[in-house]
Amino acid sequence: MGTENLPTSIVRFAQLDKLLNLGRANSLWPMTFGLACCAIEMMCTGGSRYDLSRFGAEVFRPSPRQSDVMIVAGTVNKKLELAVKTLYDQMPEPKWVIAMGNCAISGGPFKFKGNYNVIEGVDKLFPVDVYIPGCPPRPEALLEGIITLEEKITGKRRWPRVYAS
Amino acid sequence: METSIWHALLYLVGILAFAGLNAAYLGYCERKGAARIQRRSGPTEVGYAGLLQPLADGIKLMSKQLLVPKGVDGIIFRAAPILAMVPAITSMAVIPFSGNIQARAMELSVLLLFALAALAMFAILLGGWASGNKYALISSTRAVSQTLAYEIPMLFTVITVVLISGSLNLQDIALDQQGGFWRWNIFRIENGHFLTMWISFLIFFICTIAETNRAPFDMAEAESELVAGFMTEYGSMGFGLFMMGEYLNIVVAACLTTVLFLGGWDCPLGLIPGVWWFLIKIYILIFTFIWIRWTFPRTQIYKLLNLNWKILIPFSMVNLLITAVLIKVF
Ligand code: SF4
Repeated sequence: MGTENLPTSIVRFAQLDKLLNLGRANSLWPMTFGLACCAIEMMCTGGSRYDLSRFGAEVFRPSPRQSDVMIVAGTVNKKLELAVKTLYDQMPEPKWVIAMGNCAISGGPFKFKGNYNVIEGVDKLFPVDVYIPGCPPRPEALLEGIITLEEKITGKRRWPRVYAS
Repeated sequence: METSIWHALLYLVGILAFAGLNAAYLGYCERKGAARIQRRSGPTEVGYAGLLQPLADGIKLMSKQLLVPKGVDGIIFRAAPILAMVPAITSMAVIPFSGNIQARAMELSVLLLFALAALAMFAILLGGWASGNKYALISSTRAVSQTLAYEIPMLFTVITVVLISGSLNLQDIALDQQGGFWRWNIFRIENGHFLTMWISFLIFFICTIAETNRAPFDMAEAESELVAGFMTEYGSMGFGLFMMGEYLNIVVAACLTTVLFLGGWDCPLGLIPGVWWFLIKIYILIFTFIWIRWTFPRTQIYKLLNLNWKILIPFSMVNLLITAVLIKVF
């Protein structure tokens, strides 16, 4: 979790921590930040059919200083590496990263022998909390990713998981 | 009006509670309104119908790292968000919510309100300046030119109201409009004021939208051009305070419009006046603000200034002239 890097205090308040985590989990503001085709799917998640705003996560902030979660939606190539890293560094703690799509996870379709400029996975650059596989992942998958991140923060899942039969 | 310490304390607590609740829940209303306009459902999962969403946001913002970037002007950088809140809360002290609910009755309350409204601009200017960020600086200069320009037609239209009521006291202006909607300044039948006053109202309303930096005039935080405008370097509660200041400015603008044009706490049919009518009117106005914001796209800065200098200012001047003539003739 991104809060690991925070200096831990000697006195701990278990209930307060729980409250803080609940607050954080329920207002995950993503950064307005799309890199490739996966970004289209991310926009669709914010749209009226899938509606990310139900979980309070629709406030796409344009500035990294105000955002909590960075959804890396798309291909990161060498030229963009520095920019993405800078954006990550500019976000204040606590911060989380969602790697959306195969490109962000491992380089996806660009991972082949002759690959010269695509970063093979953003976890080479900074820690990633949730991976969402797919090329591109469907909006439901991104919603599931956000719910998983909430589960990771609070330790409790919002809704029971439904397995496809 | 008695001025005991209890009176002052009561109003202090009351105004702070009103301001805090409004600042928190207007954000929720805005998100819900935006969602409804875009055929979404808005926050629904956090608490019943998403009603705990402002609480979650507040906790999140307060517990986020307080980040003061390198190269900023420390003191001004920290003071600016507070300065964004203070004028809005202070101006609530002179707003007459009803015949007997007003923290401080003042003779020149209209002047005080406009002085404080001009002060709110300084928060944006200082915030943008102290951030040491070029986007923030551009945004704050834009905000200043916009606010300065829109003060002019706004004050001209306020003078028409002051001419009709013959007073600079908000309480007197509201009292002058009691007794049914035909006595409200916007539809005022006597002396044929309705001929010009609805134009005054329109100009005033457009100016309040521009003064509070709302879309379609939110040049100060145009995401597509200026990252997040003057708030670019503000995270956590600094950003939260700026947002709350913006919402409070909207509340004050709605209160002012209600008192100046819509008869204050008067019932439309002249039956039972009371503070509830005031609240109904300001929330209708605030809803209009939200409605406009999510319906119109953002304009450009020079179109915005052209609208002001070429249309609003001439119209408001002619309007003032006609009003004065009407008062003189009848
Ligand atoms: S994972 Fe597929 S859809 Fe997503 S950015 Fe890569 S190529 Fe595009």
